[in-house]
Amino acid sequence: MAIFLTENSKVIVQGMTGAEGTKHTSRMLKSGTQIVGGVNPRKAGTTADIDGTSLPVFGTVAEAMAETGADVTVIFVPPKFAKDAVIEAIDAGIGLAVVITEGIPVHDTAYFWAHAVATGNKTRIIGPNCPGLISPGKSNAGIIPADITGPGKIGLVSKSGTLTYQMMYELRDIGFSSAVGIGGDPIIGTTHIDALAAFEADPETELIVMIGEIGGDAEERAAAYIKENVTKPVVGYVAGFTAPEGKTMGHAGAIVSGSAGTAQAKKEALEAAGVKVGKTPSETAALARELFAAR
Amino acid sequence: MDLYEYQAKDLFAAHDVPVLPGDVADTPEKAREIAARLGQTVVIKAQVKTGGRGKAGGVKLADTPDDAQAKAENILGLDIKGHITRRVLVTPASDIAEEYYFSFLLDRANRTFLAMASAEGGMDIEQLAVERPDALAKVPVDAIAGVDIAKAREIAVAARIPAEVAEKAAEVIVKLWDTFVGEDATLVEVNPLVRDPQDNIIALDGKVTLDGNADFRHPAHADLVDKDAENPLEAAAKEKDLNYVKLDGEVGIIGNGAGLVMSTLDVVAYAGEKHGGVKPANFLDIGGGASAEVMANGLHIILGDADVKSVFVNVFGGITACDAVANGIVKALEILGDEATKPLVVRLDGNNVDEGRRILAEANHPLVTVVDTMDNAADKAAELAAAGA
Repeated sequence: MAIFLTENSKVIVQGMTGAEGTKHTSRMLKSGTQIVGGVNPRKAGTTADIDGTSLPVFGTVAEAMAETGADVTVIFVPPKFAKDAVIEAIDAGIGLAVVITEGIPVHDTAYFWAHAVATGNKTRIIGPNCPGLISPGKSNAGIIPADITGPGKIGLVSKSGTLTYQMMYELRDIGFSSAVGIGGDPIIGTTHIDALAAFEADPETELIVMIGEIGGDAEERAAAYIKENVTKPVVGYVAGFTAPEGKTMGHAGAIVSGSAGTAQAKKEALEAAGVKVGKTPSETAALARELFAAR
Repeated sequence: MDLYEYQAKDLFAAHDVPVLPGDVADTPEKAREIAARLGQTVVIKAQVKTGGRGKAGGVKLADTPDDAQAKAENILGLDIKGHITRRVLVTPASDIAEEYYFSFLLDRANRTFLAMASAEGGMDIEQLAVERPDALAKVPVDAIAGVDIAKAREIAVAARIPAEVAEKAAEVIVKLWDTFVGEDATLVEVNPLVRDPQDNIIALDGKVTLDGNADFRHPAHADLVDKDAENPLEAAAKEKDLNYVKLDGEVGIIGNGAGLVMSTLDVVAYAGEKHGGVKPANFLDIGGGASAEVMANGLHIILGDADVKSVFVNVFGGITACDAVANGIVKALEILGDEATKPLVVRLDGNNVDEGRRILAEANHPLVTVVDTMDNAADKAAELAAAGA
């Protein structure tokens, strides 16, 4: 098992023929992902050769699904066109849409999220502005490097890409069931809570690492959820203790507004829910290691 | 980007939200001219991107043009919570019957928008939310359906705006929604939204935050940037497309990925506690593809900060290979030449790390120290900053 993405996942790439799309399609193929095609209305009917693999290019997501049985799409299209690309994926009824694109206007994200809700939430959306997710040894949908570590029993959910990589590296000897980068925008599809629920239900996952950062109150809400619903050990880390008020720290959603969204408040909420919180990534990894040994 | 009140009101006016006439002045003489043109008692309002102007003496009534000049003279240059007043808004003093509160904002938790409104405006809204939560209506707004007149009426009623002006208020609410969506704002706030003795509804103040991600469809928003008030290092970084925030410390920071850089700031601050209290000097995320040029641009900005005593380069090679980063550092130091004078502590991990460390060892640059873990590297950078301070 793993969450959201397995060895049976059939993946298409929207924006596969662009520079980023081609580069990462090649990396996904190398890590064993079943890529079954790409979508680009201007190149429909052609094939794309990526590192010796010939992939069909379809005009629409619906067509790609009908022809290949795809159930996952990874979206690399530029910010300007991302809203339409996600809505197309939702309307086609695909099970999982991973939105890698950074820089999507938040009104566009709010709009496609509202569209997903209005049409019955049939598509799980991960992102935007995220590195995607990996179930090591099975499949990789996005840009997470596949060679950091292999399969194992830790589940990881994180707002940040590089902190995901850092934590996978710190705990590379134990390995991961799945690692999910949910993204650093103010509005995102899949939340910490969604991933926590899936990891709790996943028999392969025995410990959960949750990485948060300043901005919003997603970590506080996750803490409340953990207290009520999660029986597996959870270790937490929050970045941004030294971030000044009112300044956006790289991610569009990473901002302390007034007294809201501070790292300290998030840490306290998690600790109150019984989550061990590390001060640094390495301390967090050490806590995870301890709990994993004692489980 | 947060806007000044006068900029927010310009956007309101462009979307037919009722505002009072007036103009902005950067000298007392200009304030006098505007007051003379308006020909009535005016309010002189400091234009700063922070609250509490009134209490700080940044809002004054003036009966005559002479008085307007004198009051503007007092307010211009005033320091309000660290913000220096460079401009004042001169606008007619209005008769106010009632003050309301209104805002549209992002509801991150529910992944939608929210209207917040109250018939009890004028006061600090966070205080109202705590003391009298019942008086503050919070109405979710669907991003697709938006706010039509029926929805606006619902909001006005929920806010307990008096029935005799509820329809007028609803019309203004629709126009505020047009502003919120049309300008890609993440916040539109009016406090107070006033009812005058003739039952007109007017936006007497305005606070707007724009979404920088939407700049591609709003070329005019570039003109709203206040270049004079920008930190010069932040402005220089922006020109080079670098994601940089100036902080008050001594250890310059370069890293890849927003989360890792935030984490680096924290780890350096902890390490600094053992080294005379040195702190991170900046946030700088050079992103995935750390080319020599990007690295050189980043180092150039950081070394241009007189407060910086040491630099910590913290990179996890995910997509970017560490050898490319190492080559970037070596070439960047070549490009910078004599300009590079501060010690550099480098921590590399991940993709092709051995080759990256080998390149740095071979280059053997006198300023560069390679340290193998993030914690130890932060400690070294803090130690060097304390020694150089």
